[in-house]
Amino acid sequence: MIVTKQLRKSFGNHEVLKGIDQHIEKGEKVVVIGPSGSGKSTFLRCLNLLEEPTGGEVWFEGVQITDPKNNINSMRQKMGMVFQQFNLFPHLSVMDNITLAPRKLKGVSAEEAREKAVELLRRIGLEEKAESYPNQLSGGQKQRIAIIRALAMDPDVMLFDEPTSALDPEMVGEVLELMKELAREGMTMVVVTHEMGFAKEVANRVLFMDEGIVKEENTPEEFFGAPNHPRLKEFLSKVL
Amino acid sequence: MDALLARLQGLYESFYNAIVPEQRYMAYVNGLKITLIISLFAVLLGVAIGVVVAVIKVCKDHTKSRLVHILAKICDLYITVIRGTPLMVQLLIIYNLIFTSRDTSPILVGTVCFGINSGAYVAEIVRAGINAVDVGQMEAGRSLGFTWLKTMWYIVLPQAIKNILPALGNEFIVLIKETSVASVIAVNDLTKNAQYIGSRTWDLIPPLIIAAVIYLIIVIGLSKLLKLFERRLAKGDRH
Repeated sequence: MIVTKQLRKSFGNHEVLKGIDQHIEKGEKVVVIGPSGSGKSTFLRCLNLLEEPTGGEVWFEGVQITDPKNNINSMRQKMGMVFQQFNLFPHLSVMDNITLAPRKLKGVSAEEAREKAVELLRRIGLEEKAESYPNQLSGGQKQRIAIIRALAMDPDVMLFDEPTSALDPEMVGEVLELMKELAREGMTMVVVTHEMGFAKEVANRVLFMDEGIVKEENTPEEFFGAPNHPRLKEFLSKVL
Repeated sequence: MDALLARLQGLYESFYNAIVPEQRYMAYVNGLKITLIISLFAVLLGVAIGVVVAVIKVCKDHTKSRLVHILAKICDLYITVIRGTPLMVQLLIIYNLIFTSRDTSPILVGTVCFGINSGAYVAEIVRAGINAVDVGQMEAGRSLGFTWLKTMWYIVLPQAIKNILPALGNEFIVLIKETSVASVIAVNDLTKNAQYIGSRTWDLIPPLIIAAVIYLIIVIGLSKLLKLFERRLAKGDRH
């Protein structure tokens, strides 16, 4: 579903990604872990071209999205993204946050978009918050609404950029629970996170990124049970 | 004592003459109307120009499009020229050079000129407002599939405008005072009408003072309104 070929990204003279080759299959849940500054967020943001790669290719559903001839905006409609800082639109109600993109981009009628939004809100138990504004919500509520805002576009893949890092500890659980639910339903997911428990439970494949390359990748059992690379062993000994 | 009374009597008469005979107060009312009309439409035009210029200038930093870069250069030139030359000279040039047709309404010329002038200042205000919106907002919009321009329109600009409303209100106040310059192109605004009454009564000072007081009342009233408005907005932010 997503293929990267020798993906590179530099900021000025600093090379953050030094050639990443990855195949992410439909329905796969890939969790990316690694120390800060390892390039894992940059890698994720290159997948939907929020960061423009300086080298290599990114393919999505058979289309090379790094080719400027292809319309990235229509590709992004199929790639949901969830951010560390939620990035809900503070000037819009929860309802409008969810329905804005389907209405303006897919031409869905207002009623239809509303119905779908209510259904999604009910699913996360926040239907009474439909007319609230983002700054009236807790962090966990904001992030769950950010997730269903992305889901309202019916994406084929969901990208999560440290979705629980900005949350108070007691709110991490509710967000992870929703993500696990998505995983069970078969959503293709790429998750950058520090939540090792989530990686163990949900991932089909865990990537360890360090210094701009993928140093080790494996099933969670092997990855956490029998790590090979010394850098990964050191990292795991610190975080587990 | 008598001398003082005579003085006061004289003062009263000159103000009386500046207001009452020949329904002269209507001249102030009509002048004020024109002043307010010019200010209001000029500020609207200024905001429209300002938003477009600001968006082009911000866009320049995010695109390689040649067209946008050329437009941004034109915008820079526009801002430099407008901010670098006196308003009165701009007004005279636009009036005499560009609108040469006999039946061009000076009010229209005034509105257009003040709007163009105000646009240059508003553009910088809007640009600062746009830059103050968190970059995550643009990223969130783009990640949903909105184009840069649509994200700007639906997501970034509404937040930017809300933040800069106080500054825009201020611009409106400045504009009201600046429109007094419009009298040089024969617009019958408040200042011009006050001068006209002065020429009828052979006593220029009283009508000018009256005009000044009217400007002052309008500006103080608007400032108060703005403060109220700002407080309302701040409350909305806290919830």
